[in-house]
Amino acid sequence: MTTTATIGTTIASDGFALDPADREMILEERGHYPYPQAACIEALKIVQKRHGHVPDGAIPAIAETLGIRVADVEGVATFYSLIFRQPVGRHVILICDSSSCFLTDYEELRDAFTEHLGIQMGQTTADGRFTLLPVCCLGACDRGPTILIGEDLHGPVTPGEIPRLLEAYA
Amino acid sequence: MSRILQSAGERRAETHPLTWRLHDDQSPVLLEEYLDTQGYAAVTKALEQHTYESLTEEVKSANLRGRGGAGFSAGFKWSLTMKGEGVPRGYIVCNADEMEPGTFKDRLLMEQQPHLLIEGMILAGIANRAKQGYIFLRGEYHLAAAAIQRALADARADGWLGADVRGSGWDFDIALHTGAGRYICGEETALINSLEGKRANPRAKPPFPGQSGAWGLPTVVNNVETLCNVPGIVNHGADWFQALSGDLSSDGGTKLYGVSGKVNNPGLWELPMGTTGNRILELAGGMRDGLTLKSWLPGGGSTGFLLPEHLELALDFDTIGKTGSRMGTGLLTVVADNQSMVSLTRNLEEFFSRESCGWCTPCRDGLPWSVKLLRALEAGEGEAGDIELLEQMARDLGPGKTFCAHAPGAAMPLASAIHYFRDEFERGITRPKGEAHADPIPVGSV
Ligand SMILES: Cc1cc2nc3c(=O)[nH]c(=O)nc-3n(C[C@H](O)[C@H](O)[C@H](O)COP(=O)(O)O)c2cc1C
Ligand code: SF4
Ligand code: FES
Repeated sequence: MTTTATIGTTIASDGFALDPADREMILEERGHYPYPQAACIEALKIVQKRHGHVPDGAIPAIAETLGIRVADVEGVATFYSLIFRQPVGRHVILICDSSSCFLTDYEELRDAFTEHLGIQMGQTTADGRFTLLPVCCLGACDRGPTILIGEDLHGPVTPGEIPRLLEAYA
Repeated sequence: MSRILQSAGERRAETHPLTWRLHDDQSPVLLEEYLDTQGYAAVTKALEQHTYESLTEEVKSANLRGRGGAGFSAGFKWSLTMKGEGVPRGYIVCNADEMEPGTFKDRLLMEQQPHLLIEGMILAGIANRAKQGYIFLRGEYHLAAAAIQRALADARADGWLGADVRGSGWDFDIALHTGAGRYICGEETALINSLEGKRANPRAKPPFPGQSGAWGLPTVVNNVETLCNVPGIVNHGADWFQALSGDLSSDGGTKLYGVSGKVNNPGLWELPMGTTGNRILELAGGMRDGLTLKSWLPGGGSTGFLLPEHLELALDFDTIGKTGSRMGTGLLTVVADNQSMVSLTRNLEEFFSRESCGWCTPCRDGLPWSVKLLRALEAGEGEAGDIELLEQMARDLGPGKTFCAHAPGAAMPLASAIHYFRDEFERGITRPKGEAHADPIPVGSV
């Protein structure tokens, strides 16, 4: 196990090593802002893109790369809903649970998803294919109920369409 | 791909400044076409003919009111920005965090007409003497991100961004910042914290961002639709902008209005500011499946419910404000007669409860409690006094009691739902006050 010392803190990095290409991208992001802390969210997203989630060991690695405190990275990593701190499926299905989708039968759609996949909201299928999560209004309320799979917006989605819709996501 | 913007007649530059260039196939308007259709003419005009004061004055007299929901005059806000000789140049931040339940307007503008937003930001940059712009885009808007990245690169390559903009000696650039979720990032001071790479807790005001915003420098935060209105004002003048809404409203310009819920033809339209709810609902084809309209939200989840009789009112900030609700984002959410106000209110308060940043007690602790009470009413297991307690909570969440406007936003639908539909809430009360319940209702995953 390696450790990384930053200002006043020592946190185990759990053997996590930042990919050199990711490190480069994070350093480039740092150049877009007047202070390195600002690149923190982008850095977490870069790590997440490679690993699917942000492993604990990535926190001190990002802190060291940006020259900021571990606690500041951890604070940010635990605040934002699209930063995943646990492994997620290959495809994250975000189901809009806001009011317009609620009024166009979101709850039925959510129940159909949980039943079809055999998991509850917040869980991942045993084969590691899908994770189900709620999301705020996806800005497509005229097409409610809506979902986002990866970068693809779908709506309106009816329960009967679920099996065919998911075929595209191996 | 977003839904096609719908036309209520032909769209022209003079009458539909936000949408006249849009393509039927929803593909983005690229730089070349934008330039061929008066694009960036307002930047050229501003650099040649305006001082930062006169530019601010033009936008102020147009009475362009903030389209992010609060309706604050953009020109007035700009006149308060600290700027001038000896003051360090700060930032223009475009609030593109669109997450207000029921709101789907900014996404269309960014996906299909990113140069209009960039032009508006450059103009805001000139008027506020900013050195840098940031577009704070919510992380889920992937298509918009791609359209904006392309447009920024094209605009920069053509000299509209960067050092010495079009040979004027003035420099200004724009970067895209994408978020990572959380509705609270849309609150302007939380947004600034998030931009700085911090947790998105709002900041105390004063100082206002115009004095000390991002990284301590003067910062102007404006909504996407607000900024997209600026090029038209600079090109055609404040009087033209005022005339767009004619006698309908004292607020100038057009508005992207929309309807979602169980209507025949949900969608988005660019219409004169002050268009009535009836007209907008008519464009949306009325209620579907033989349903009847019971209630509606004028502009997102943080606005108050209204009744069908309010549809005859002009949808503008002051008129809707007089009803006790707010125009908010101006995108209507309609509720049908067979949909429960208690359930819908529970859904809304679940949203606000989950999205609270946790900074202040009424919001952090009050909202989950309200959800618990609403769930009990929904299940027909409420006890006498629950409604009065919810009303008290709505007051305690009201303006001035919390750090930011998130809690007052949560209070609006709660208070108005009880006010107009008290009978529906009363039907959920089946127990006398204080009687222990055999099967306690869990607080739930809020
Ligand atoms: C909880 C909360 C969320 C908000 N979300 C947004 C948003 O997503 N987009 C937006 O433009 N304004 C949002 N606002 C309003 C902003 O704080 C601010 O008033 C607005 O960006 C100013 O721009 P405008 O004057 O051009 O409307 C939000 C406010 C609150 C309290
Ligand atoms: S009102 Fe709510 S969202 Fe706003 S600062 Fe307080 S806890 Fe945070
Ligand atoms: S409420 Fe679901 S997309 Fe807006």
